[in-house]
Amino acid sequence: MGERDPVIELDAVSKSFGSVRALSDVSLGLAGGEVHGLAGENGAGKSTLIKLLAGVHQPDSGTVRLGGEPVVFHGPADARDAGVAVIYQEPTLFPDLTVAENIFMGRQPRTGPRRIDRSAIRTATAALFARLDVAMSPDEPARGLSIADQQIVEIAKALSFDAKVLIMDEPTAALTGSEVARLFGVVRALAEQGAAVLFVSHRLAEFFQICQRVTTLRDGRWIATEPLTGRTEDDLVQRMVGRSLDELYPKQDTEPGAVALAVRRLTREGVFTDVSFDVRHGEIVGLAGLVGAGRSEVARAVFGVDRWDAGSVEVMGRALSPGSPTAAMSAGLALVPEDRRAQGLVMDMSIDRNIALPGLRAPGRGGGNKSLSRFGLISRTAERSRATDWAIRLRLKFGRLADAVDTLSGGNQQKVVLAKWLATAPRVLIVDEPTRGIDVGTKAEVHRLLSRLAAEGMAVLMISSDLPEILGMADRVLVMHEGHLVAEIARADATEQSVMAAATGRVPA
Amino acid sequence: MSTTVSTVDTPTRGSKSARRVVDTLLRLRELSIIGVLVVLLVVTELGNPRFLSTQGIKDLLLNATILVLVAVGQAVVVITRNVDLSVGSVLGIAAFATGDYLHSGGNAVVAVLLGVGVGLGFGVLNGLLVSLGKVPALVVTLGTLYVIRGIDSMWVGSREITASNLPAGFISFGHNSIGGIGPIPYLVLLAVAAMVIVGDFLRSYRGGREVYALGSNPTAARLAGVPVRRRIIAAYVLCGALAGLAGALYLARFGNVDSGTGSGYELTVVSAVVVGGVAFTGGSGSVYGAALGAVLLTSINSMLPSLGVSSVWELAIDGFLLLIAIAVDRVVALRVATVLRRRSARRG
Repeated sequence: MGERDPVIELDAVSKSFGSVRALSDVSLGLAGGEVHGLAGENGAGKSTLIKLLAGVHQPDSGTVRLGGEPVVFHGPADARDAGVAVIYQEPTLFPDLTVAENIFMGRQPRTGPRRIDRSAIRTATAALFARLDVAMSPDEPARGLSIADQQIVEIAKALSFDAKVLIMDEPTAALTGSEVARLFGVVRALAEQGAAVLFVSHRLAEFFQICQRVTTLRDGRWIATEPLTGRTEDDLVQRMVGRSLDELYPKQDTEPGAVALAVRRLTREGVFTDVSFDVRHGEIVGLAGLVGAGRSEVARAVFGVDRWDAGSVEVMGRALSPGSPTAAMSAGLALVPEDRRAQGLVMDMSIDRNIALPGLRAPGRGGGNKSLSRFGLISRTAERSRATDWAIRLRLKFGRLADAVDTLSGGNQQKVVLAKWLATAPRVLIVDEPTRGIDVGTKAEVHRLLSRLAAEGMAVLMISSDLPEILGMADRVLVMHEGHLVAEIARADATEQSVMAAATGRVPA
Repeated sequence: MSTTVSTVDTPTRGSKSARRVVDTLLRLRELSIIGVLVVLLVVTELGNPRFLSTQGIKDLLLNATILVLVAVGQAVVVITRNVDLSVGSVLGIAAFATGDYLHSGGNAVVAVLLGVGVGLGFGVLNGLLVSLGKVPALVVTLGTLYVIRGIDSMWVGSREITASNLPAGFISFGHNSIGGIGPIPYLVLLAVAAMVIVGDFLRSYRGGREVYALGSNPTAARLAGVPVRRRIIAAYVLCGALAGLAGALYLARFGNVDSGTGSGYELTVVSAVVVGGVAFTGGSGSVYGAALGAVLLTSINSMLPSLGVSSVWELAIDGFLLLIAIAVDRVVALRVATVLRRRSARRG
């Protein structure tokens, strides 16, 4: 396998965004009939590589070759017309249109004078769904589909045109075990028919199930392209992180204290149901699960961003009223959200102002934290001294504190978000995907910081899709599956297998 | 991996019912406008029996025509998640251009085409500014609203075009009915034709579906290879051209144009579109709904005098309808979201 001429290849491509070098000098060839794995940590450059193949971005240097001939994809339509189908990590559907229209957008079968043939679209969609063995109606609106169903529509879309190259960016992240098996069946069939498949996944075991070769990226660089026979998951991890896991996850052992956060039978209809757990002072509790399992939604509800329909939340014995982030903050709770650009930072405001933002209101009850404002006026001096303090503690790399947050790298932005919430002196810290998309070095720093905070008595709830991170950092692992808390696993028993089994619903609640 | 088209009966997982709920809620808008319209007509007719005479119906339709034309164009722009506030100014300047040309002895057909051309030109300008400038359409077209009005004022000055110095054929085209005396004027036919052509294009042609797609999710549209910029420009060109046509027809209907013609018209148009169920968030609604919204608003304005209500109430009632429409949209959206969320949860 893989000795044949590649259908599509990248030859020494590089791509930068601003000052961030996302890919440097990476080469990769996809052969017809082969399922090629692409491994790498978050931020290793996988998504950028995919977008180069898909025509979304153009390489700064290097060439894309299709059947040996250099090509330039000016846009996604060019790549699609050349037979490249891409299934993105985040489904890209039109919520107002039907499923059938979503699949055939821009390529609708037409009758006589260029009119769209609606019934042909419908029957073709029904045929695709039959082939994928899913029970979905072509006339259903895309709005409100679960992530798994949206993913199915994306796959049907890719199937719907005669694609020579199929690129899948973490297609299994939101699928259940049986859905994954079915998908693999389809992917194998496509490869047998001669399609070249690029398969991206964070579940390393899946590479061994479906791929013949795997290419590993680290920090935007090509590390290896090798056949999988005779390799182990540990070999892949070694290539991906370039060091052993012990170095990366420096969790200090602590003696958990009293219960700091108690969540009881929390329910938000249609999102999560009957979720109960405790987080004690001094411990880091990991919250694992697949994308769409409801983890971030639970965190948002606990912090009061979303309302809940039933249940209760107590912080150090004090019940919180639903739907009030102000109440949560004054009870000593802090939430570092998943999407730092949209929810965590004011991107064009300066670093110091961002850090000081939550401290502008009344002081946190939990800590000995003074308010930055007197009689409604903000003290610039107090604002700056607090920011400086935290910038130093977190080893923030910056030009000046007055620079806009925009100018920082992803990892440093994440530190600013952390600083912002730590500055409110919380007793309970909820972090949602704290190291997504940041480099390995900063990642380790964030881990050391979380570990030190726990050692100082803070209760930490850490949501993460990064399994090694959960396994390395958490004292206990809670696992959610489709809106239910299905397992609680002690550190000693937590393995990639046990957590994944619960996350994919293979362990009864 | 080509697709073989065959008739497959796919089982559904209670999704048909969800689809039905959504469908019904959407159609509810058009049906309820028609309902409100019928009730108002009946009430008015009871209070003033001459209201629905042949002449009365004709007036009602004529009054709606110009707003319907502009609302159809505006609806397409709003479906792309944009807005065109300059339509009132475009209508005014196109009307004057048409009249000025007729004054100098021009041909009536060429005059109407001139009006359309003027509108089209400003449509291109708006489209380019919005799609290239990456500035919100609200701000850009607010700018062009004033710019075009300024050009209009400088050009027109204190001049005025009146029916007396327009060709008689042009004026009678603005008033006469098909077959001479029926209740359906030529202008109405034009508006209906424009509505049906645009509506059919949006429904049954790739370019039309792409307009919905890019309003529904711009990022996904780009990834699906939809020529986003070109479609947005086309929407503005259509909107401008229809506003230009409406300007020419305005002249034929009222025979009177000065530098203030069409001032404030954009607000009525936007109200009609929103009342007609075209969501400001893009990607949903139809030109038929927008046209119905336009008919409803103009009918109310015609009914008030017939019922002896002061026309002072006109604006307040328009605004009130707009608020109701927005409230209904919000409630419906929440209902749909809940239904779909429950369904999704059951299925999971």
